Amino acid sequence: MTTLTLRDPSVWDLCTARAGVELRQFFRERTAMIFTFALPVVLLTLLGSIFDKQAAVPGIPSSQLLAAGMIAGGIGSTCFVNLATSIVSDREDGTLKRLRGVPMPPIAYFAGKVVLVLVTAVAEVVLVLAVGSAFFDLPLPRDPARWATFTWIFLLGVTGCALLGTAMSSVPRSVRGAAPIVNLPFLVLQFVSGIFIVPITNLPEPLQQIGALFPLKWMAQGFRSVFLPDAAAATEPAGAWEHGRIAMVLAAWCLGGLILCLTTFRWQGRKDG
Amino acid sequence: MDSCPSPARRAGPPRTRTLTGVTDAVRVRDLRKTYQGSPAVDGVDLDIADGEVFALLGPNGAGKTTTVEILEGFRRRDSGEVSVLGEDPQRAGRRWRYGIGLVLQNASDMADMTVAETVRHFARFYPDPRPAEEVMDLVGLTGKAGRKVRTLSGGQRRRVDVAIGVVGRPRLLFLDEPTTGFDPEARRQFWSLITTLSEQDGTTILLTTHYLDEVEALANRVAVLAAGRIRAVGTPRDLGGRDTAEATVGWIEDGEHRSTRTHKPTVVVSELAGRIGDEIPGLVVTRPSLEDVYLDLIGSVR
Ligand SMILES: Nc1ncnc2c1ncn2[C@@H]1O[C@H](COP(=O)(O)OP(=O)(O)OP(=O)(O)O)[C@@H](O)[C@H]1O
Ligand SMILES: [Mg+2]
Repeated sequence: MTTLTLRDPSVWDLCTARAGVELRQFFRERTAMIFTFALPVVLLTLLGSIFDKQAAVPGIPSSQLLAAGMIAGGIGSTCFVNLATSIVSDREDGTLKRLRGVPMPPIAYFAGKVVLVLVTAVAEVVLVLAVGSAFFDLPLPRDPARWATFTWIFLLGVTGCALLGTAMSSVPRSVRGAAPIVNLPFLVLQFVSGIFIVPITNLPEPLQQIGALFPLKWMAQGFRSVFLPDAAAATEPAGAWEHGRIAMVLAAWCLGGLILCLTTFRWQGRKDG
Repeated sequence: MDSCPSPARRAGPPRTRTLTGVTDAVRVRDLRKTYQGSPAVDGVDLDIADGEVFALLGPNGAGKTTTVEILEGFRRRDSGEVSVLGEDPQRAGRRWRYGIGLVLQNASDMADMTVAETVRHFARFYPDPRPAEEVMDLVGLTGKAGRKVRTLSGGQRRRVDVAIGVVGRPRLLFLDEPTTGFDPEARRQFWSLITTLSEQDGTTILLTTHYLDEVEALANRVAVLAAGRIRAVGTPRDLGGRDTAEATVGWIEDGEHRSTRTHKPTVVVSELAGRIGDEIPGLVVTRPSLEDVYLDLIGSVR
Protein backbone atom coordinates (compact mmCIF):
# COMPACT_ATOMS: atom_id res chain seq x y z
CA MET A 1 0.00 0.00 0.00
CA THR A 2 1.36 3.41 -0.82
CA THR A 3 1.02 5.99 1.89
CA LEU A 4 -0.14 9.30 0.65
CA THR A 5 1.46 12.24 2.35
CA LEU A 6 -0.50 15.43 2.40
CA ARG A 7 1.18 18.76 2.70
CA ASP A 8 -0.25 21.94 4.08
CA PRO A 9 -0.70 24.42 1.26
CA SER A 10 2.20 26.85 1.56
CA VAL A 11 1.59 30.33 2.86
CA TRP A 12 3.28 31.73 -0.24
CA ASP A 13 0.87 29.87 -2.53
CA LEU A 14 -2.09 31.19 -0.62
CA CYS A 15 -0.74 34.74 -0.77
CA THR A 16 -0.44 34.53 -4.56
CA ALA A 17 -3.89 32.95 -4.78
CA ARG A 18 -5.38 35.88 -2.88
CA ALA A 19 -3.44 38.39 -4.98
CA GLY A 20 -4.87 36.81 -8.14
CA VAL A 21 -8.41 37.12 -6.84
CA GLU A 22 -7.93 40.71 -5.69
CA LEU A 23 -6.53 41.84 -9.02
CA ARG A 24 -9.13 40.06 -11.11
CA GLN A 25 -11.98 41.38 -8.99
CA PHE A 26 -10.63 44.93 -9.21
CA PHE A 27 -10.06 44.98 -12.95
CA ARG A 28 -13.37 43.28 -13.66
CA GLU A 29 -15.36 45.85 -11.76
CA ARG A 30 -15.05 48.37 -14.58
CA THR A 31 -16.88 51.44 -13.26
CA ALA A 32 -15.06 51.49 -9.93
CA MET A 33 -11.74 50.89 -11.68
CA ILE A 34 -12.28 53.69 -14.18
CA PHE A 35 -13.33 56.08 -11.43
CA THR A 36 -10.25 55.27 -9.35
CA PHE A 37 -7.84 55.81 -12.23
CA ALA A 38 -9.62 58.67 -13.96
CA LEU A 39 -10.21 61.00 -11.04
CA PRO A 40 -6.63 62.26 -10.59
CA VAL A 41 -6.14 62.43 -14.36
CA VAL A 42 -9.32 64.44 -14.91
CA LEU A 43 -8.46 66.81 -12.06
CA LEU A 44 -4.95 67.21 -13.42
CA THR A 45 -6.24 68.07 -16.89
CA LEU A 46 -8.86 70.53 -15.68
CA LEU A 47 -6.78 72.30 -13.04
CA GLY A 48 -3.70 72.12 -15.23
CA SER A 49 -5.43 74.19 -17.89
CA ILE A 50 -5.73 77.00 -15.32
CA PHE A 51 -2.26 76.75 -13.83
CA ASP A 52 -0.59 76.35 -17.22
CA LYS A 53 -0.66 80.11 -17.66
CA GLN A 54 0.94 80.95 -14.31
CA ALA A 55 4.62 80.70 -13.58
CA ALA A 56 5.64 79.35 -10.17
CA VAL A 57 9.21 80.54 -10.55
CA PRO A 58 10.60 82.00 -13.76
CA GLY A 59 10.55 79.29 -16.45
CA ILE A 60 8.51 76.76 -14.47
CA PRO A 61 4.72 76.84 -15.00
CA SER A 62 2.58 76.00 -11.97
CA SER A 63 0.97 73.16 -13.91
CA GLN A 64 4.20 71.17 -13.45
CA LEU A 65 3.93 71.55 -9.67
CA LEU A 66 0.36 70.36 -10.02
CA ALA A 67 1.29 67.30 -12.07
CA ALA A 68 4.00 66.21 -9.63
CA GLY A 69 1.68 66.70 -6.66
CA MET A 70 -1.13 64.82 -8.37
CA ILE A 71 1.00 61.66 -8.20
CA ALA A 72 0.55 61.86 -4.43
CA GLY A 73 -3.18 62.44 -4.95
CA GLY A 74 -3.32 59.33 -7.16
CA ILE A 75 -1.55 57.22 -4.56
CA GLY A 76 -3.98 58.47 -1.93
CA SER A 77 -6.88 57.58 -4.17
CA THR A 78 -5.72 54.03 -4.92
CA CYS A 79 -4.18 53.19 -1.56
CA PHE A 80 -6.34 55.02 0.90
CA VAL A 81 -9.80 55.51 -0.63
CA ASN A 82 -9.86 52.42 -2.75
CA LEU A 83 -8.37 50.06 -0.20
CA ALA A 84 -10.64 51.31 2.58
CA THR A 85 -13.76 50.86 0.45
CA SER A 86 -12.68 47.46 -0.77
CA ILE A 87 -12.17 46.19 2.79
CA VAL A 88 -15.55 47.59 3.86
CA SER A 89 -17.13 45.78 0.95
CA ASP A 90 -15.26 42.55 1.82
CA ARG A 91 -16.69 42.80 5.29
CA GLU A 92 -20.21 43.42 4.03
CA ASP A 93 -20.43 40.85 1.23
CA GLY A 94 -19.10 38.02 3.39
CA THR A 95 -15.59 37.78 1.91
CA LEU A 96 -13.91 38.26 5.27
CA LYS A 97 -16.21 35.86 7.04
CA ARG A 98 -15.71 33.23 4.34
CA LEU A 99 -11.94 33.59 4.55
CA ARG A 100 -11.99 33.23 8.30
CA GLY A 101 -13.97 30.04 7.85
CA VAL A 102 -11.42 28.40 5.56
CA PRO A 103 -7.92 27.37 6.59
CA MET A 104 -6.28 30.61 5.48
CA PRO A 105 -3.43 32.24 7.38
CA PRO A 106 -4.59 35.86 7.86
CA ILE A 107 -1.41 37.16 6.23
CA ALA A 108 -2.64 35.82 2.87
CA TYR A 109 -5.56 38.23 2.86
CA PHE A 110 -3.33 41.22 3.56
CA ALA A 111 -0.74 40.06 1.04
CA GLY A 112 -3.47 40.06 -1.58
CA LYS A 113 -4.37 43.62 -0.67
CA VAL A 114 -0.71 44.68 -0.73
CA VAL A 115 -0.35 43.38 -4.28
CA LEU A 116 -3.58 45.07 -5.32
CA VAL A 117 -2.47 48.36 -3.83
CA LEU A 118 1.01 48.20 -5.38
CA VAL A 119 -0.25 47.32 -8.85
CA THR A 120 -2.95 50.00 -8.86
CA ALA A 121 -0.63 52.63 -7.39
CA VAL A 122 2.03 51.95 -10.03
CA ALA A 123 -0.59 52.07 -12.79
CA GLU A 124 -1.92 55.34 -11.42
CA VAL A 125 1.55 56.89 -11.23
CA VAL A 126 2.31 55.86 -14.80
CA LEU A 127 -0.97 57.37 -15.95
CA VAL A 128 -0.44 60.69 -14.17
CA LEU A 129 3.17 60.86 -15.40
CA ALA A 130 2.05 60.17 -18.95
CA VAL A 131 -0.56 62.93 -18.88
CA GLY A 132 1.80 65.27 -17.03
CA SER A 133 4.65 64.88 -19.47
CA ALA A 134 2.43 64.84 -22.57
CA PHE A 135 0.32 67.92 -21.80
CA PHE A 136 2.23 69.90 -19.22
CA ASP A 137 5.85 69.23 -20.18
CA LEU A 138 6.58 67.61 -16.83
CA PRO A 139 10.26 66.68 -17.18
CA LEU A 140 11.10 63.00 -16.51
CA PRO A 141 14.48 62.96 -14.72
CA ARG A 142 17.45 60.98 -16.06
CA ASP A 143 19.46 61.13 -12.88
CA PRO A 144 19.20 57.73 -11.07
CA ALA A 145 19.52 59.52 -7.73
CA ARG A 146 16.20 61.21 -8.39
CA TRP A 147 14.53 57.89 -9.17
CA ALA A 148 15.96 56.54 -5.93
CA THR A 149 14.29 59.43 -4.12
CA PHE A 150 11.10 58.67 -6.03
CA THR A 151 11.25 55.03 -4.94
CA TRP A 152 11.55 55.62 -1.22
CA ILE A 153 8.88 58.30 -1.22
CA PHE A 154 6.59 56.04 -3.25
CA LEU A 155 7.11 53.06 -0.94
CA LEU A 156 6.74 55.02 2.29
CA GLY A 157 3.72 56.87 0.89
CA VAL A 158 2.00 53.72 -0.36
CA THR A 159 2.65 51.92 2.92
CA GLY A 160 1.36 54.79 5.04
CA CYS A 161 -1.74 55.36 2.92
CA ALA A 162 -2.54 51.65 2.77
CA LEU A 163 -2.21 51.22 6.53
CA LEU A 164 -4.41 54.26 7.13
CA GLY A 165 -6.90 52.98 4.54
CA THR A 166 -7.03 49.63 6.36
CA ALA A 167 -7.60 51.39 9.66
CA MET A 168 -10.24 53.63 8.06
CA SER A 169 -12.13 50.56 6.86
CA SER A 170 -13.32 49.93 10.40
CA VAL A 171 -15.22 53.22 10.53
CA PRO A 172 -18.08 52.94 7.99
CA ARG A 173 -20.93 50.56 8.81
CA SER A 174 -21.72 49.72 5.21
CA VAL A 175 -20.44 50.13 1.68
CA ARG A 176 -23.04 52.80 1.04
CA GLY A 177 -21.75 54.75 4.01
CA ALA A 178 -18.16 54.17 2.97
CA ALA A 179 -18.13 56.45 -0.09
CA PRO A 180 -18.86 59.70 1.77
CA ILE A 181 -17.04 58.72 4.97
CA VAL A 182 -13.83 57.95 3.11
CA ASN A 183 -14.03 60.38 0.20
CA LEU A 184 -14.98 63.55 2.00
CA PRO A 185 -12.03 63.65 4.41
CA PHE A 186 -9.75 62.68 1.54
CA LEU A 187 -11.06 65.56 -0.59
CA VAL A 188 -10.47 68.04 2.22
CA LEU A 189 -7.06 66.54 2.87
CA GLN A 190 -6.08 66.93 -0.78
CA PHE A 191 -7.17 70.54 -0.65
CA VAL A 192 -5.19 71.46 2.47
CA SER A 193 -2.21 69.45 1.25
CA GLY A 194 -1.84 71.67 -1.80
CA ILE A 195 -2.76 69.01 -4.31
CA PHE A 196 -5.32 71.23 -6.06
CA ILE A 197 -3.85 74.67 -5.32
CA VAL A 198 -0.24 75.29 -6.33
CA PRO A 199 2.09 76.52 -5.08
CA ILE A 200 0.94 75.36 -1.66
CA THR A 201 1.92 78.76 -0.23
CA ASN A 202 -1.21 80.19 -1.90
CA LEU A 203 -3.24 78.42 0.77
CA PRO A 204 -4.04 80.30 3.99
CA GLU A 205 -1.43 79.64 6.67
CA PRO A 206 -3.73 77.67 9.05
CA LEU A 207 -4.78 75.30 6.26
CA GLN A 208 -1.15 74.70 5.37
CA GLN A 209 -0.46 73.83 8.97
CA ILE A 210 -3.31 71.34 9.07
CA GLY A 211 -2.07 69.80 5.84
CA ALA A 212 1.43 69.48 7.29
CA LEU A 213 0.14 67.13 9.97
CA PHE A 214 -0.78 64.48 7.39
CA PRO A 215 1.36 62.42 5.02
CA LEU A 216 -0.18 63.62 1.74
CA LYS A 217 1.43 67.05 1.72
CA TRP A 218 4.83 65.49 2.35
CA MET A 219 4.41 62.96 -0.41
CA ALA A 220 3.46 65.74 -2.85
CA GLN A 221 6.46 67.80 -1.78
CA GLY A 222 8.68 64.77 -2.24
CA PHE A 223 7.41 64.11 -5.76
CA ARG A 224 7.90 67.76 -6.69
CA SER A 225 11.52 67.40 -5.56
CA VAL A 226 11.91 64.42 -7.90
CA PHE A 227 10.43 65.93 -11.05
CA LEU A 228 11.09 69.66 -10.83
CA PRO A 229 14.36 71.56 -11.11
CA ASP A 230 15.88 72.53 -7.77
CA ALA A 231 15.00 76.16 -8.39
CA ALA A 232 11.35 75.21 -7.73
CA ALA A 233 12.18 74.47 -4.09
CA ALA A 234 11.66 78.18 -3.54
CA THR A 235 7.89 77.59 -3.89
CA GLU A 236 7.81 75.31 -0.84
CA PRO A 237 6.85 76.84 2.52
CA ALA A 238 10.34 76.16 3.89
CA GLY A 239 12.05 77.19 0.65
CA ALA A 240 13.70 73.75 0.55
CA TRP A 241 12.76 70.14 -0.34
CA GLU A 242 13.26 68.93 3.24
CA HIS A 243 13.90 65.25 2.41
CA GLY A 244 14.80 64.42 6.00
CA ARG A 245 11.54 65.76 7.33
CA ILE A 246 9.51 64.03 4.59
CA ALA A 247 11.06 60.70 5.53
CA MET A 248 10.37 61.26 9.20
CA VAL A 249 6.73 62.28 8.80
CA LEU A 250 5.95 59.43 6.40
CA ALA A 251 7.70 56.87 8.59
CA ALA A 252 5.84 58.15 11.64
CA TRP A 253 2.53 57.74 9.79
CA CYS A 254 3.46 54.21 8.74
CA LEU A 255 4.08 53.32 12.36
CA GLY A 256 0.93 55.07 13.57
CA GLY A 257 -1.12 53.44 10.81
CA LEU A 258 0.23 50.03 11.72
CA ILE A 259 -0.71 50.50 15.36
CA LEU A 260 -4.19 51.68 14.34
CA CYS A 261 -4.64 48.64 12.10
CA LEU A 262 -3.52 46.20 14.73
CA THR A 263 -5.84 47.68 17.33
CA THR A 264 -8.93 48.35 15.21
CA PHE A 265 -9.08 45.77 12.41
CA ARG A 266 -12.26 43.71 12.52
CA TRP A 267 -12.91 40.53 10.55
CA GLN A 268 -16.61 40.75 11.25
CA GLY A 269 -19.27 43.35 10.69
CA ARG A 270 -20.97 44.99 13.63
CA LYS A 271 -24.05 42.87 13.24
CA ASP A 272 -22.31 39.49 13.48
CA GLY A 273 -21.27 39.06 17.01
CA MET B 1 6.32 21.79 7.14
CA ASP B 2 4.50 18.85 8.64
CA SER B 3 2.69 16.32 6.57
CA CYS B 4 0.36 13.66 7.76
CA PRO B 5 0.14 10.20 6.22
CA SER B 6 -3.44 9.57 5.27
CA PRO B 7 -4.16 6.23 3.63
CA ALA B 8 -7.86 7.03 3.63
CA ARG B 9 -7.25 10.29 1.76
CA ARG B 10 -8.95 12.22 4.52
CA ALA B 11 -7.52 15.44 5.84
CA GLY B 12 -7.85 16.86 9.29
CA PRO B 13 -6.69 15.94 12.74
CA PRO B 14 -6.69 12.29 13.78
CA ARG B 15 -9.96 11.10 15.27
CA THR B 16 -9.97 10.68 18.98
CA ARG B 17 -11.53 7.36 19.77
CA THR B 18 -13.21 6.31 22.94
CA LEU B 19 -13.03 2.71 24.11
CA THR B 20 -16.21 1.75 22.35
CA GLY B 21 -14.94 3.16 19.07
CA VAL B 22 -17.68 5.78 18.90
CA THR B 23 -16.67 9.42 18.66
CA ASP B 24 -18.73 12.50 18.86
CA ALA B 25 -18.07 14.98 16.09
CA VAL B 26 -19.83 17.63 18.15
CA ARG B 27 -20.34 17.75 21.88
CA VAL B 28 -22.00 20.74 23.54
CA ARG B 29 -22.88 21.19 27.20
CA ASP B 30 -24.96 24.02 28.64
CA LEU B 31 -24.10 26.48 25.88
CA ARG B 32 -25.19 30.05 26.52
CA LYS B 33 -25.02 33.29 24.57
CA THR B 34 -26.81 36.52 25.42
CA TYR B 35 -27.32 39.59 23.26
CA GLN B 36 -28.14 42.81 25.07
CA GLY B 37 -29.57 41.00 28.05
CA SER B 38 -31.80 38.63 26.10
CA PRO B 39 -30.59 35.05 25.71
CA ALA B 40 -30.23 33.83 22.12
CA VAL B 41 -28.92 30.42 23.20
CA ASP B 42 -30.07 29.42 26.63
CA GLY B 43 -28.46 26.22 27.83
CA VAL B 44 -28.12 23.96 24.81
CA ASP B 45 -26.77 20.38 24.99
CA LEU B 46 -25.95 18.58 21.76
CA ASP B 47 -24.21 15.35 20.82
CA ILE B 48 -23.65 14.59 17.18
CA ALA B 49 -22.01 11.27 16.42
CA ASP B 50 -19.40 10.80 13.74
CA GLY B 51 -21.09 10.16 10.39
CA GLU B 52 -24.50 11.35 11.50
CA VAL B 53 -26.79 13.71 9.56
CA PHE B 54 -28.24 15.97 12.22
CA ALA B 55 -30.91 18.62 11.65
CA LEU B 56 -31.55 21.66 13.79
CA LEU B 57 -35.12 22.76 13.33
CA GLY B 58 -36.67 25.90 14.74
CA PRO B 59 -38.62 29.07 14.00
CA ASN B 60 -37.03 32.41 13.05
CA GLY B 61 -34.92 33.77 15.87
CA ALA B 62 -34.76 30.42 17.68
CA GLY B 63 -30.97 30.60 17.95
CA LYS B 64 -29.99 28.18 15.18
CA THR B 65 -27.50 30.47 13.46
CA THR B 66 -26.08 31.62 16.77
CA THR B 67 -25.52 28.01 17.89
CA VAL B 68 -24.04 26.94 14.58
CA GLU B 69 -21.73 29.95 14.36
CA ILE B 70 -20.40 29.26 17.84
CA LEU B 71 -19.60 25.71 16.72
CA GLU B 72 -17.97 27.09 13.56
CA GLY B 73 -15.73 29.35 15.60
CA PHE B 74 -17.20 32.65 14.42
CA ARG B 75 -18.86 33.76 17.64
CA ARG B 76 -17.68 33.56 21.20
CA ARG B 77 -19.89 31.85 23.73
CA ASP B 78 -20.72 33.33 27.09
CA SER B 79 -20.44 30.00 28.84
CA GLY B 80 -20.67 26.26 28.36
CA GLU B 81 -18.47 23.54 26.91
CA VAL B 82 -18.02 23.06 23.18
CA SER B 83 -15.97 20.44 21.41
CA VAL B 84 -16.00 20.17 17.62
CA LEU B 85 -13.85 17.43 16.08
CA GLY B 86 -12.19 17.17 19.46
CA GLU B 87 -11.23 20.83 19.74
CA ASP B 88 -12.62 24.02 21.17
CA PRO B 89 -13.55 26.16 18.14
CA GLN B 90 -12.51 29.32 19.99
CA ARG B 91 -8.93 28.07 20.26
CA ALA B 92 -8.53 25.73 17.31
CA GLY B 93 -5.96 26.54 14.62
CA ARG B 94 -5.74 26.38 10.87
CA ARG B 95 -5.40 22.56 10.71
CA TRP B 96 -8.72 22.14 12.50
CA ARG B 97 -10.37 23.98 9.63
CA TYR B 98 -9.16 21.32 7.15
CA GLY B 99 -11.80 19.07 8.61
CA ILE B 100 -14.63 21.61 8.59
CA GLY B 101 -16.82 22.71 5.68
CA LEU B 102 -19.14 25.70 5.95
CA VAL B 103 -22.18 26.92 4.09
CA LEU B 104 -23.05 30.30 5.56
CA GLN B 105 -26.44 31.96 5.59
CA ASN B 106 -25.88 35.14 3.53
CA ALA B 107 -22.81 35.47 1.38
CA SER B 108 -22.40 37.46 -1.81
CA ASP B 109 -18.63 37.36 -2.18
CA MET B 110 -16.62 36.46 -5.30
CA ALA B 111 -19.26 38.22 -7.43
CA ASP B 112 -16.88 39.05 -10.28
CA MET B 113 -15.22 35.64 -10.40
CA THR B 114 -16.52 32.75 -12.45
CA VAL B 115 -17.91 29.63 -10.82
CA ALA B 116 -14.87 27.56 -11.82
CA GLU B 117 -12.41 30.21 -10.60
CA THR B 118 -14.23 30.38 -7.29
CA VAL B 119 -14.20 26.64 -6.70
CA ARG B 120 -10.52 26.39 -7.75
CA HIS B 121 -9.58 29.27 -5.49
CA PHE B 122 -11.05 27.68 -2.39
CA ALA B 123 -9.64 24.27 -3.30
CA ARG B 124 -6.17 25.76 -2.86
CA PHE B 125 -6.59 26.16 0.87
CA TYR B 126 -6.81 22.41 1.53
CA PRO B 127 -4.18 19.68 1.49
CA ASP B 128 -6.36 17.19 -0.37
CA PRO B 129 -9.17 18.98 -2.19
CA ARG B 130 -11.73 17.43 -4.48
CA PRO B 131 -11.06 18.26 -8.13
CA ALA B 132 -13.00 21.39 -9.13
CA GLU B 133 -14.83 19.59 -11.95
CA GLU B 134 -16.01 16.90 -9.58
CA VAL B 135 -17.34 19.48 -7.14
CA MET B 136 -19.18 21.46 -9.81
CA ASP B 137 -20.67 18.23 -11.03
CA LEU B 138 -21.68 17.25 -7.52
CA VAL B 139 -23.63 20.49 -6.97
CA GLY B 140 -25.01 20.64 -10.50
CA LEU B 141 -23.10 23.67 -11.76
CA THR B 142 -21.07 22.08 -14.54
CA GLY B 143 -22.93 23.99 -17.24
CA LYS B 144 -22.32 27.24 -15.40
CA ALA B 145 -18.56 26.86 -14.88
CA GLY B 146 -17.65 29.90 -16.96
CA ARG B 147 -20.39 32.20 -15.67
CA LYS B 148 -19.66 35.07 -13.30
CA VAL B 149 -21.06 34.35 -9.86
CA ARG B 150 -22.84 37.73 -10.01
CA THR B 151 -24.99 36.57 -12.91
CA LEU B 152 -26.30 33.41 -11.20
CA SER B 153 -29.80 33.07 -9.80
CA GLY B 154 -30.28 32.91 -6.04
CA GLY B 155 -30.48 29.13 -5.97
CA GLN B 156 -27.46 28.73 -8.24
CA ARG B 157 -25.48 31.15 -6.08
CA ARG B 158 -26.37 28.98 -3.08
CA ARG B 159 -24.95 25.97 -4.88
CA VAL B 160 -21.66 27.81 -5.24
CA ASP B 161 -21.67 28.19 -1.46
CA VAL B 162 -22.27 24.46 -1.11
CA ALA B 163 -19.44 23.79 -3.58
CA ILE B 164 -17.06 25.89 -1.48
CA GLY B 165 -18.24 24.03 1.60
CA VAL B 166 -17.42 20.58 0.27
CA VAL B 167 -14.33 21.25 -1.86
CA GLY B 168 -11.92 20.48 1.00
CA ARG B 169 -13.40 17.01 1.74
CA PRO B 170 -14.60 18.06 5.20
CA ARG B 171 -15.23 15.48 7.89
CA LEU B 172 -17.89 17.75 9.32
CA LEU B 173 -20.09 19.97 7.19
CA PHE B 174 -22.19 22.80 8.59
CA LEU B 175 -25.09 24.00 6.47
CA ASP B 176 -27.21 26.96 7.60
CA GLU B 177 -30.50 26.86 5.70
CA PRO B 178 -28.83 25.40 2.62
CA THR B 179 -31.93 24.98 0.47
CA THR B 180 -33.61 28.32 1.04
CA GLY B 181 -34.42 29.66 -2.41
CA PHE B 182 -34.08 26.32 -4.19
CA ASP B 183 -36.71 25.15 -6.63
CA PRO B 184 -38.16 21.67 -5.96
CA GLU B 185 -35.82 19.99 -8.42
CA ALA B 186 -32.75 21.72 -7.01
CA ARG B 187 -33.87 20.70 -3.56
CA ARG B 188 -34.04 17.05 -4.59
CA GLN B 189 -30.61 17.31 -6.19
CA PHE B 190 -29.29 18.83 -3.01
CA TRP B 191 -30.79 16.05 -0.95
CA SER B 192 -29.06 13.46 -3.05
CA LEU B 193 -25.79 15.36 -2.68
CA ILE B 194 -26.13 15.23 1.10
CA THR B 195 -26.96 11.54 0.95
CA THR B 196 -23.90 10.92 -1.23
CA LEU B 197 -21.60 12.83 1.12
CA SER B 198 -22.99 11.01 4.09
CA GLU B 199 -23.05 7.51 2.66
CA GLN B 200 -19.96 7.49 0.46
CA ASP B 201 -17.61 9.70 2.44
CA GLY B 202 -19.02 9.31 5.92
CA THR B 203 -19.23 13.10 6.27
CA THR B 204 -20.90 14.26 9.46
CA ILE B 205 -23.51 16.88 8.63
CA LEU B 206 -25.20 19.49 10.77
CA LEU B 207 -27.87 21.42 8.93
CA THR B 208 -30.43 23.97 10.01
CA THR B 209 -33.69 24.20 8.16
CA HIS B 210 -37.30 25.32 8.25
CA TYR B 211 -38.49 22.49 6.03
CA LEU B 212 -39.96 19.42 7.66
CA ASP B 213 -39.86 17.32 4.52
CA GLU B 214 -36.14 18.01 4.35
CA VAL B 215 -35.71 16.73 7.87
CA GLU B 216 -37.68 13.59 7.09
CA ALA B 217 -35.71 12.96 3.91
CA LEU B 218 -32.24 13.58 5.27
CA ALA B 219 -31.78 13.58 8.99
CA ASN B 220 -30.79 10.62 11.12
CA ARG B 221 -31.68 12.76 14.10
CA VAL B 222 -33.34 16.11 14.61
CA ALA B 223 -33.43 18.62 17.45
CA VAL B 224 -36.13 21.24 17.79
CA LEU B 225 -34.79 24.54 19.04
CA ALA B 226 -37.11 27.30 20.22
CA ALA B 227 -36.25 30.44 22.18
CA GLY B 228 -32.69 29.24 22.62
CA ARG B 229 -33.50 25.83 24.14
CA ILE B 230 -33.69 22.32 22.79
CA ARG B 231 -37.32 21.24 23.11
CA ALA B 232 -36.94 17.70 21.80
CA VAL B 233 -34.35 15.44 20.17
CA GLY B 234 -35.01 12.24 18.31
CA THR B 235 -35.20 10.56 14.96
CA PRO B 236 -37.71 12.21 12.62
CA ARG B 237 -39.86 9.09 13.15
CA ASP B 238 -40.09 9.21 16.92
CA LEU B 239 -39.62 12.92 17.64
CA GLY B 240 -41.74 14.05 20.56
CA GLY B 241 -43.13 10.53 21.06
CA ARG B 242 -44.72 10.64 17.64
CA ASP B 243 -44.48 6.88 17.06
CA THR B 244 -46.33 5.99 20.23
CA ALA B 245 -48.72 8.92 20.29
CA GLU B 246 -52.48 8.39 19.99
CA ALA B 247 -53.56 7.47 16.48
CA THR B 248 -56.68 8.70 14.78
CA VAL B 249 -58.81 6.10 12.99
CA GLY B 250 -61.32 7.47 10.51
CA TRP B 251 -63.94 5.63 8.41
CA ILE B 252 -67.34 6.06 6.76
CA GLU B 253 -70.37 4.37 8.28
CA ASP B 254 -74.00 4.98 7.36
CA GLY B 255 -72.86 7.68 4.93
CA GLU B 256 -71.16 9.65 7.72
CA HIS B 257 -67.49 10.40 8.39
CA ARG B 258 -66.54 9.09 11.80
CA SER B 259 -63.29 9.10 13.73
CA THR B 260 -61.87 8.03 17.03
CA ARG B 261 -58.55 8.54 18.84
CA THR B 262 -56.85 5.51 20.28
CA HIS B 263 -53.59 4.00 21.48
CA LYS B 264 -54.59 0.68 19.88
CA PRO B 265 -55.56 1.37 16.26
CA THR B 266 -55.18 -2.28 15.25
CA VAL B 267 -57.81 -3.35 17.74
CA VAL B 268 -60.17 -0.62 16.53
CA VAL B 269 -59.69 -1.57 12.90
CA SER B 270 -60.29 -5.31 13.44
CA GLU B 271 -63.36 -4.51 15.48
CA LEU B 272 -64.64 -2.30 12.65
CA ALA B 273 -63.90 -5.03 10.13
CA GLY B 274 -65.94 -7.45 12.17
CA ARG B 275 -68.85 -5.03 12.32
CA ILE B 276 -68.88 -3.56 8.81
CA GLY B 277 -67.59 -6.45 6.72
CA ASP B 278 -64.22 -7.03 5.12
CA GLU B 279 -63.78 -3.66 3.35
CA ILE B 280 -64.11 -0.57 5.60
CA PRO B 281 -65.09 2.46 3.48
CA GLY B 282 -62.82 5.54 3.75
CA LEU B 283 -60.47 3.93 6.26
CA VAL B 284 -57.53 6.07 7.43
CA VAL B 285 -55.18 5.57 10.35
CA THR B 286 -52.95 8.56 11.14
CA ARG B 287 -50.36 9.40 13.75
CA PRO B 288 -49.35 13.01 14.39
CA SER B 289 -47.22 14.22 11.47
CA LEU B 290 -43.78 15.67 12.07
CA GLU B 291 -45.40 19.01 11.43
CA ASP B 292 -48.02 18.44 14.14
CA VAL B 293 -45.34 17.51 16.64
CA TYR B 294 -43.15 20.41 15.61
CA LEU B 295 -45.92 23.01 15.83
CA ASP B 296 -46.88 21.57 19.16
CA LEU B 297 -43.32 21.83 20.46
CA ILE B 298 -42.73 25.40 19.36
CA GLY B 299 -46.31 26.46 20.10
CA SER B 300 -45.77 25.80 23.76
CA VAL B 301 -43.08 28.51 23.94
CA ARG B 302 -44.79 31.19 21.90
N1 LIG C 1 -25.27 39.82 16.46
C1 LIG C 1 -26.43 39.88 17.14
N2 LIG C 1 -26.72 40.95 17.91
C2 LIG C 1 -27.86 41.00 18.61
N3 LIG C 1 -28.78 40.04 18.63
C3 LIG C 1 -28.56 38.94 17.89
C4 LIG C 1 -27.38 38.80 17.12
N4 LIG C 1 -27.42 37.61 16.49
C5 LIG C 1 -28.59 37.04 16.84
N5 LIG C 1 -29.27 37.83 17.69
C6 LIG C 1 -30.59 37.49 18.30
O1 LIG C 1 -30.52 36.19 18.80
C7 LIG C 1 -31.71 35.46 18.51
C8 LIG C 1 -31.38 34.22 17.71
O2 LIG C 1 -30.96 34.57 16.41
P1 LIG C 1 -30.47 33.52 15.33
O3 LIG C 1 -29.96 34.29 14.18
O4 LIG C 1 -29.54 32.57 15.98
O5 LIG C 1 -31.83 32.79 14.96
P2 LIG C 1 -32.11 31.68 13.83
O6 LIG C 1 -32.68 30.52 14.54
O7 LIG C 1 -30.91 31.45 13.02
O8 LIG C 1 -33.24 32.39 12.97
P3 LIG C 1 -33.54 32.29 11.38
O9 LIG C 1 -34.37 31.08 11.19
O10 LIG C 1 -34.35 33.52 11.14
O11 LIG C 1 -32.26 32.28 10.65
C9 LIG C 1 -32.62 36.44 17.77
O12 LIG C 1 -33.53 36.96 18.70
C10 LIG C 1 -31.69 37.51 17.28
O13 LIG C 1 -32.34 38.75 17.24
MG1 LIG D 1 -30.42 31.73 11.00
